[in-house]
Amino acid sequence: MITTTFLMAITAIRRNAMRSFLTTLGVIIGVASVIAMVTLGRGATASVTNDISSLGNNMLIIVPGADRRFGSSSSAQPFTQNDVRAIREEVPAVALVAPTSGGAARIVYGNQNWSTGVTGADNSYLRVRNWVVELGREFTDGELRTGEAVCILGETPRRELFGAGDPIGEQIRVGTVSCEVIGVLESKGTSTFGEDQDDFILMPLVTFQRRISGNDNIGAILVSATEGVPTRDAQLDLIALLRQRRRIHVGDEDDFVVRDMQEIGQVVSTVTGVLTTLLGAIAAVSLLVGGIGIMNIMLVAVTERTREIGIRMAIGARAGDVLLQFLVEAITLSVLGGVMGIALGLLGSYGAATAFDLPWVPGLDVIVGSFVFSAFVGVFFGYYPAHKAAQLNPIEALRYE
Amino acid sequence: MTTLVEIRDIRKVYGHGETEVRALDGVSLDIAEGDFVAVMGPSGSGKSTFMNILGCLDVPTAGSYRLRGIEIGKLDRDTLALLRRHQLGFVFQGFNLLARTSALENCELPLLYQGVPGAERRKRAMEALDRVGLANRAHHLPNELSGGQQQRVAIARALVSRPAVILADEPTGNLDSTRSEEIMKLLVELNDKQRITIAMVTHEPDMAAYARRVVIFKDGRVVSDERKSGVVHAPLPEQGGAA
Ligand SMILES: Nc1ncnc2c1ncn2[C@@H]1O[C@H](COP(=O)(O)OP(=O)(O)OP(=O)(O)O)[C@@H](O)[C@H]1O
Ligand SMILES: [Mg+2]
Repeated sequence: MITTTFLMAITAIRRNAMRSFLTTLGVIIGVASVIAMVTLGRGATASVTNDISSLGNNMLIIVPGADRRFGSSSSAQPFTQNDVRAIREEVPAVALVAPTSGGAARIVYGNQNWSTGVTGADNSYLRVRNWVVELGREFTDGELRTGEAVCILGETPRRELFGAGDPIGEQIRVGTVSCEVIGVLESKGTSTFGEDQDDFILMPLVTFQRRISGNDNIGAILVSATEGVPTRDAQLDLIALLRQRRRIHVGDEDDFVVRDMQEIGQVVSTVTGVLTTLLGAIAAVSLLVGGIGIMNIMLVAVTERTREIGIRMAIGARAGDVLLQFLVEAITLSVLGGVMGIALGLLGSYGAATAFDLPWVPGLDVIVGSFVFSAFVGVFFGYYPAHKAAQLNPIEALRYE
Repeated sequence: MTTLVEIRDIRKVYGHGETEVRALDGVSLDIAEGDFVAVMGPSGSGKSTFMNILGCLDVPTAGSYRLRGIEIGKLDRDTLALLRRHQLGFVFQGFNLLARTSALENCELPLLYQGVPGAERRKRAMEALDRVGLANRAHHLPNELSGGQQQRVAIARALVSRPAVILADEPTGNLDSTRSEEIMKLLVELNDKQRITIAMVTHEPDMAAYARRVVIFKDGRVVSDERKSGVVHAPLPEQGGAA
């Protein structure tokens, strides 16, 4: 009986193909926007999370200055090589320690020049930040110790100075210093926030301090937590050690900040997750509106088909049979709308993801979820008209003009 | 002779107080299996009300109606629907075919509700259309058929479920006299050959003449109940056997 009811529903829908399509349009748009919003939102989340992890896994950044909500004040005393040694020796929760110092400089090769960031660091910086030397080599221990004038280029400076040429072994000028290019980093591309991650060059820390900044300050220390140790633990150990070394009294505020990148990543993905849910919810409201459209048309259909209902009842349809017929019709309409909406939403979000350069992450859960929801919309909004049809008096229905 | 319908003193009252209308005011009537009853009477005399109760589309306000021994007044909506599904066939003045639905599909509809499987449904619907001489119009839509043809499809639809009684409220009311005669001949044939019991409302004595028995209503009561001499009919088998 249910299959024949379903076939009757299909027949009724096909008989009014254009109107059926317009009726389901609300559901189509509703489902499509839920799918598109959630898919795009998740793409954005994935992209941000990816950015954060491309900064480095288990990474903590230690910078001098009290924690002001926007950056840190620069008045605080910088770190020294002794701080770095102490961290290496006294904090087992930390695996790698990469002291860095940075500034900006104009770099010149032939008649090409480019303004970029210059970071003084050693090879552990590459480990902590997940940088890979794609061309050439890393620094040697000798170069690091004696502060040789060598540098490794990010992809952007390489492109700006050398274009298609081979940079390895060439001399470039960094500020006033002549420097040999020994390597090029693999590109990380642009972050979700639009920042070019490849726009910098690396040189040994000692070289940077002596030849560029002119002091032996360490601007920031990047560390990575030991495998299996929660970054939170490493963070607490570092704070304890540095407070002691910088002689901060109990109760006084830290004059440095230990930032947990993972924590930032979690905060950011929570925020984008909330946004995704919010957008999805707004889209779901449009699905409800689509449901009201179905109810509206089903009510019209019940009135229009009063005589048909009377005929069916005279022939022997029970109230339940009529109810089922109209309910199945409403559900079929909304489910058809749901299927078309899913297709449209996937297509649309794919197009948008490609356009915005976001990863496309269609989720089975949203697809199944919006399918079930659209069926539910059919049941919910189809019930009242169907009930109305079922309650008709056969004699009056037959007499209806 | 088997009594199919036993009606005792039924009443149907619409409204109450000042506006009370006694559509049926104490009607008693028996209909034997295989009978062909024509119901006549002036407009507003309660013929349609009577047919609706007979067809289990409505229940009387008072009195007893037994169909095959089952007391109808006590049944709920769904049981009445099941009785209509299995025992009754309807033919209406306005044909009442489903629009944009082929003659064949219209005839299949009662079988659909009976749960008859697809292939058999199609076969039986086709046979019914053949009975009324419209096998060659099976795939036509109602609006592609003449009034007389539409009414024949409606008759096919009424008889396809092998009902105990076919109820026809002014079946020829919308047809010219030639078409009307065709319909009447068809009903007579069904009654004679297939032993289907028929109750029919008509205003025209010419049409009533085809019936075995004529009942006349006035103001909600039966004022006359006559059995015809039966020239156009084969004798009722039970009568023949008993005589
Ligand atoms: N639903 C109703 N509500 C109130 N009164 C009704 C209703 N149905 C019928 N009546 C009244 O009952 C009486 C009998 O009506 P019915 O339809 O049975 O007459 P009829 O003999 O079929 O007349 P006609 O030959 O014109 O079809 C009429 O007075 C009519 O107004
Ligand atoms: Mg009438």
